[in-house]
Amino acid sequence: MTAIEKHTINVTAIRSQFPILSRNINGKPLVYLDNGATTQKPQRVIDAITQYYANENANIHRGVHTLSQLGTDAYEATREKVRAFIGAKSTHEIIFTKGTTDSINLVAATFGRQNIQAGESILISAMEHHSNIVPWQMLCEEKGAKLNVIPINDKGEIIYSEYLKLLETKPKLLSVVYVSNALGTINPIKEMIADAHSFGVPVLVDGAQAIQHLAVDVQDLDADFFVFSGHKMYGPTGVGILFGKEVLLNAMPPYQGGGDMIKTVSFAKTEYNDLPFKFEAGTPNIEACICLGKAIDFLNEIGLEAIAEYEHSLLTYATEKLQNIEGIQFVGTATEKSSVISFNLEGIHPYDVGVILDKMGIAVRTGHHCTQPLMAFFQIPGTVRASFACYNKFEEVDKLVEGLTKVKKMFA
Amino acid sequence: MTFQEKQQELIDDFALFDDWEGKYEYLIDLGKKLPIIAPELKTESRLVQGCQSRVWLNGDLKNGKVEFTADSDAIITKGIISLLVNVFNGESPSTVANADMDFINKIGLKEHLSPTRSNGLVSMIKQMKTFAVLNS
Repeated sequence: MTAIEKHTINVTAIRSQFPILSRNINGKPLVYLDNGATTQKPQRVIDAITQYYANENANIHRGVHTLSQLGTDAYEATREKVRAFIGAKSTHEIIFTKGTTDSINLVAATFGRQNIQAGESILISAMEHHSNIVPWQMLCEEKGAKLNVIPINDKGEIIYSEYLKLLETKPKLLSVVYVSNALGTINPIKEMIADAHSFGVPVLVDGAQAIQHLAVDVQDLDADFFVFSGHKMYGPTGVGILFGKEVLLNAMPPYQGGGDMIKTVSFAKTEYNDLPFKFEAGTPNIEACICLGKAIDFLNEIGLEAIAEYEHSLLTYATEKLQNIEGIQFVGTATEKSSVISFNLEGIHPYDVGVILDKMGIAVRTGHHCTQPLMAFFQIPGTVRASFACYNKFEEVDKLVEGLTKVKKMFA
Repeated sequence: MTFQEKQQELIDDFALFDDWEGKYEYLIDLGKKLPIIAPELKTESRLVQGCQSRVWLNGDLKNGKVEFTADSDAIITKGIISLLVNVFNGESPSTVANADMDFINKIGLKEHLSPTRSNGLVSMIKQMKTFAVLNS
């Protein structure tokens, strides 16, 4: 296992920050390989939640009292952290939402309603999560517009020539995933955005599975919108980010109405607040937003480059080990892949695999991964998915292999 | 055997296993061995949609007693189905309608009846009970 010595990150030190990783499940040490669904939280994120309610709780953006000021400062400091983390120009471009799904729905309900008319089209890919399909379907239904889908090949990669052909039909928006949650495919997003822009097509990037694995610079990518969730990047649930170029966000109508998103209200007319508050109606999930800042600190300390390198070595090791299991069928074998391995064992239902692995303390995801059209493409009911994070060990890959060997024996 | 005795027998059978492996090997065995539904009955209308594993259920009455046949594409689900079918079949609709499912808990398979398992079992039991209520 020379690969272990090669990488630069200290996995033991990282693991010690995650209390849940030392617990047992069904009498066995937890092997957590469901990071694509959600990552575990480091102690500093957990502590920050308690700290907030024990010492800092107050509503933000309104009170003149000290606590409210402190809360507002911490909340806005996180916005700046997010801005720096993804390389946005201004904090005006960082909108706090409930998560990736909420961010996409926001864009569909505002930018989408404003810009997409009957007979026009929206472009997505065949590997989208349901949350990047359904909001657009709803919009298309409302407007009489069409949803077009970029096809993929058997490896689970976008067929680029088909993509270019679809761009010629002048869709009003391309909404596409950066890293596929079900397959791990990393799409050539920068090239895709450049090509979309050459046809005048704006691009929304679903970065939910990219943000915790790859260094993202939205200006370098030239993304028009970039969305992700806090809980998949070691942060709390209930907070997500919508990045949008200021010029686009300014032109968009508000999403929800309520407090914080207004400047003045009279019964005759309401004047909306400026960015980013225009899109943040109501009291936000303050503690989650603040704790997201702690998760970003965690990621910055290790560094996304080091994380990407280590996770890639985990992926390579796992792929090598798993392919020795007789009857294993990988689903998604893209050349560019994130640390996700989706597979099936011949003749064994993914559900059965998941149940037995759970008995051995191994947490994987089984099922369609909220990508039913993608599963239909591969003509399978679902897959078993092992998704790795920076705290996973090579030994845990070995445990997965042991687990699968046992599964095969039990169902033989 | 009464309805209660059938349940007790199951509980006793499962108590013999001292680890999860034995229990699950037994379930897998049950799941594999029992062709518990006729292929022509595996229709869309008999499909109970689970999120992950699919379950088919057919209910009949024979001499006033309940007669279920069922199947699933996942073997462990199928094993649990066969336990349920064996306990319910031959009972009156009102017995099935009023049955509490505590024996599943007692044999240590409670987690499979959690909605988060998405295995179709919860919906299947609901449909079994609905069938029983409609026929009692």
